[in-house]
Amino acid sequence: MSKGTYEVKVGLAEMLKGGVIMDVTSVEQARIAERAGACAVMALERIPADIREDGGVARMSDPSMIREIQKAVSIPVMAKCRIGHFAEAQILESLEVDFIDESEVLTPADEKNHIWKHDFKIPFVCGALDIGEALRRIAEGAALIRTKGEAGSGNIVEAVRHMRTINRQISRLKECDEVELVSEAKDLGAPLSLVQQVSKLGKLPVPNFAAGGIATPADASLMMQLGAESLFVGSGIFKSEDPDLRARAIVVATTHYKIAEKVADASAGLKKAMKGLDISEIPDEEKLQERGW
Amino acid sequence: MRIGVLELQGDFEKHHQILQTLGMDSIAVRGPSDLSELEGLVIPGGESTTISLLIDRNELREPLKAFADVHPVLGTCAGLILMARKVSDSRVNPLGILDVVVCRNAYGRQIHSTTEEVKFFEDENSFYSRATMIRAPRIESTGRNIEVLGSLNGHPVAIRENHHIGLIFHPELDGVTIFHELAFQRVKQSQHDRKSQTYVT
Repeated sequence: MSKGTYEVKVGLAEMLKGGVIMDVTSVEQARIAERAGACAVMALERIPADIREDGGVARMSDPSMIREIQKAVSIPVMAKCRIGHFAEAQILESLEVDFIDESEVLTPADEKNHIWKHDFKIPFVCGALDIGEALRRIAEGAALIRTKGEAGSGNIVEAVRHMRTINRQISRLKECDEVELVSEAKDLGAPLSLVQQVSKLGKLPVPNFAAGGIATPADASLMMQLGAESLFVGSGIFKSEDPDLRARAIVVATTHYKIAEKVADASAGLKKAMKGLDISEIPDEEKLQERGW
Repeated sequence: MRIGVLELQGDFEKHHQILQTLGMDSIAVRGPSDLSELEGLVIPGGESTTISLLIDRNELREPLKAFADVHPVLGTCAGLILMARKVSDSRVNPLGILDVVVCRNAYGRQIHSTTEEVKFFEDENSFYSRATMIRAPRIESTGRNIEVLGSLNGHPVAIRENHHIGLIFHPELDGVTIFHELAFQRVKQSQHDRKSQTYVT
């Protein structure tokens, strides 16, 4: 019997493909997400848009709210810990959350090191701006990668940038010969063995999801067409005027992302989306994507 | 052979890979019209609540049942849950293709997910295979036409009824092709050299 192996961790990430993982802050929201067709929920006390507005230190959620959400829904429940805060991760593992997001949305606890995720029996997801960062996280044991985007912005531009960057870097690695891969590994700051794997597979060795700024069915379709295998939607649903309707619409658009007529139908009559922020309005020191390395 | 893979949510990509390894054409199924001209269907792993909702929202319930009356269906994990006659959770509305009662997430959350070596078949053709179970369901009871292909701790993990196969585990994650072969190539048990089963990566 082998529990908690890397294959079993990546196995759950595979099961989440083609779906929408929704941020929820209460039992009621978790139930709405499940009924809308979410394939998992992320339990947290404040959604990124509110964390951004409130300021201060953002930490792991209260275990009692995570437990309540675990009781309320049957789909996987994820939770966030701070970058490098392995004690928070140990607590989340003891709560038996299904996935831990070592997330830049919370205030980092370690300025130099992420968590050594191989020490845990449950899988981790981590954000990445580019392939170097993605492979460093995989080396540490992440079973799933997501774009960072710019969480809580309601603006898709950063997620697009990160997904396109990763796609472009993968294309390049595919064309490199053996000795060029050594040089690429050095430049990317990533382990050679993983760089070689990406070159051979033509994709990341773990599933690659999109996150950070998805607010509409069209955003969902855009990210899926750019190669995302699933989507995390944070503030975009419960900061909108009609979360239930919008959640269902984003699920439809994720399944049928290639069919414009279906995405059009899903986009019709949704009431107001979250307001969102232009990226130029966010000072560099407040950009969440700058956290982690 | 043209085999469909239900692509509403889940690990459909891994099933496409297995089918392609076996030299079959694998086709994405997202709506009723996608079922025409198929000779078999895979219902993949994923979240059974999500897939159940999306079956109805995409008007696939009756077409899938009608398809299963004629063609073989293979379900893994969530796929098995959806093929069951009854599920112990009202959030999932199963299709009733297999005469079994299934309990969702019966072994607990992800931390209890595991890979086991399981023995399949009890005759001279028996073989062992890896079986990776992710938040797996449990088959609580089986109808009398159900053939149990393999068990673990007293519960069936692989079953067959007529031409349909249901598995609580994910052969597609381990590159195990034999269950897809059994479902779609109608390989007779005695004709199959189980020692030659293939693992792909």
